[in-house]
Amino acid sequence: MESIGQTGTDRHDRGYLAERGWRSWAFTLDHKRIGAMYLWTTIAFFLIGGLFALLLRLELLSPQTRYFSNHAYNVFFTLHGSMMIFLFIIPAIPSGLGNFFIPLHIGARDVAFPRLNLASYWIFAAGFLVIIGSLVAPMDTGWTFYTPYSAKSAAAVTTLSLGLFLVGLSSILTGLNFLVTIHKMRAPGMTWHRMPLFLWSMYATSIIQVIATPVVGVTFLLLAAERLLGVGFYDPSKGGDPVLFQHFFWFYSHPVVYVMILPAMGIISEVIPVFSRKPIFGYNAIAYSSLAIAFLGFLVWGHHMFTSGMSPLANTIFSFLTFFVAVPTAVKVFNWIATLYKGSITLESPMLYALTFIFLFAVGGLTGPFLGALATNVQLHDTYFVVAHFHYTMMGGTVMGFFAGLHYWFPKMTGKMLNEKVARLAWALIFVGFNVTFFTMFIVGTRGMPRRYAEYLPKFHTENVISTIGSVVLAAGILLMCWNFLQGLRKGAPAPANPWRALSLEWKAASPPETENFHEIPVVTAWPYGYGTTKA
Amino acid sequence: MTGTSSEHHDPAVAFESAKLGVWTFLATEVLLFGALFTAYTIFRMKYPELFRVEHAKLDRVLGAVNTVVLITSSFTVVLGVDAIRRGKTRLLEAYFGATILLAAVFLCVKYVEYAAKFHHGLYPGTNLFFSLYFMMTGLHGAHVLLGMAVLTYVLVLSRRGRLSENYYTPVEMSGLYWHFVDLVWIYLFPLLYLVG
Repeated sequence: MESIGQTGTDRHDRGYLAERGWRSWAFTLDHKRIGAMYLWTTIAFFLIGGLFALLLRLELLSPQTRYFSNHAYNVFFTLHGSMMIFLFIIPAIPSGLGNFFIPLHIGARDVAFPRLNLASYWIFAAGFLVIIGSLVAPMDTGWTFYTPYSAKSAAAVTTLSLGLFLVGLSSILTGLNFLVTIHKMRAPGMTWHRMPLFLWSMYATSIIQVIATPVVGVTFLLLAAERLLGVGFYDPSKGGDPVLFQHFFWFYSHPVVYVMILPAMGIISEVIPVFSRKPIFGYNAIAYSSLAIAFLGFLVWGHHMFTSGMSPLANTIFSFLTFFVAVPTAVKVFNWIATLYKGSITLESPMLYALTFIFLFAVGGLTGPFLGALATNVQLHDTYFVVAHFHYTMMGGTVMGFFAGLHYWFPKMTGKMLNEKVARLAWALIFVGFNVTFFTMFIVGTRGMPRRYAEYLPKFHTENVISTIGSVVLAAGILLMCWNFLQGLRKGAPAPANPWRALSLEWKAASPPETENFHEIPVVTAWPYGYGTTKA
Repeated sequence: MTGTSSEHHDPAVAFESAKLGVWTFLATEVLLFGALFTAYTIFRMKYPELFRVEHAKLDRVLGAVNTVVLITSSFTVVLGVDAIRRGKTRLLEAYFGATILLAAVFLCVKYVEYAAKFHHGLYPGTNLFFSLYFMMTGLHGAHVLLGMAVLTYVLVLSRRGRLSENYYTPVEMSGLYWHFVDLVWIYLFPLLYLVG
């Protein structure tokens, strides 16, 4: 992060970035610096995870195994999945952008527990170091680590369990910190219903992190105990039950998909009104639907297990409950569209990504009911239809929301403007590449191509070649976007405090904000969505 | 160092924040143990006979002794919190010292119990009942150990003169945590030792 040609007023202009040297980062208590460290780390894992995805697509160019062994392929998709889930998509928005913007949004100088915040980052770092250490005998179980295979596999499951436990602990402590921050640190006049909607979704996210994560922690502890001590909870030969592992695992891992998507929905709720110059439509509906999603998310974990041998009654109940999740989700989408209606829409890069979110997430969302319904689930279970569905929600949804947030807040975080032309070109490549890669997977999935195999029937060849070509375009777009970020950091034009004419509090701070955010704690008198009215 | 925290907001808010934080953390802990209690419920319903036979192999007397020890330690923690509210740091140190001592007694008794089980060839992998017994009491024991560390930290703070009737947040928070550790045992003792 060099600054060019601003030596005179350098210290002042660089805000919270003024201090230099690794100590000023490693021991910082500034939520903005901690957020920035999370962003650097998680984006690095996003790129590594993406590299594994490209290796998978390379192998799938041909119906027979060609470049890698079956074992290597298994390792690649396991690493792709677990890195993307545990080291990128879960921490990226909450711990990265959340850390940076929650205190700014509520008009506070920092989170409630700055030391705990720093500890969370270093626990996360310890976790990913242990996970990297487990690569001496890399996992080949898939990111779900199902027993009995994970209990018997020669891979370093015990080490990996410890690493994931640490990452989970970090996630819990971050969620706890944010909950308390939102409750206790709001500026005078910042009532609950004047909070930006990003905060409502972060609040719902934090609840899930705090309540669901300990369960997966103990699940991994028991898996390690099964391997080390012969504890038999998941082992049928000792009276245990492998399906119990699945219940425990999904009790966390289903709610956690809302840890992934809710913060992205929060970003969309910020970006859409700013670039439509209209007040957000249905503030209360969007706010409370976040809480509804968090609540319902805890009741539907069984829909991952329709073919695992649950009782027909349990299957029916979980299927029934699953459809309820569609309601608060659709509430959000309709309110965003209603916000767009008759707005003065401009298509800057954050808005492009936000609209992409709505479009792709709608596709991902609408393919969900096919999987939630019992009859079609049995047909589509473990096919590429599932792969396509969750990439449309997780990458088309969460990652596009993350990109929207990065482009929207880049001037605030760095004090530099991005090259808008390059940003739009990168967006176009990502949009096209994404759809070419993943839409074809819906088609081969409905025709019965199973996921997680290095080989496939020759009749799926054409679609797989198309998908691989798409993945190259997608990768080119992402690399171009990253290059644009680096260029922006190095020689972007200085950013004004409020380049998007937005009304939420972070834009009242300098770009980049100074160490304690505000000269004086602001007093809040209105909600942050009064666009197009007298105030904007 | 940048962005120091606590001097910015007023002490009452800091205290309330810490309290909410600890309660939220305890909610997390409930879920952590919750998975094990769920496993207990499932396997108990599935294998009632196994639980009836195996639970008799536990030493009820030592279990009862430990229950008394832990409840007493919760009592001394309360007395410690009460002492610091009245500004009596020496008294706080005495009560927290006693709590740490009682926790150590608890762990020693646990050690004797574990050793006896191993001696009789009962290990975590022996059967589902002993899997549950060792995992639940083991996880609880780890919490006792962590609690001892936290209480010791508070003791050191007090020795250094950092606590008074105006600032005793760490005392109150460590007390909350210790009551939770105690409460878990209140459930573990009857479920494992008493119910046949």
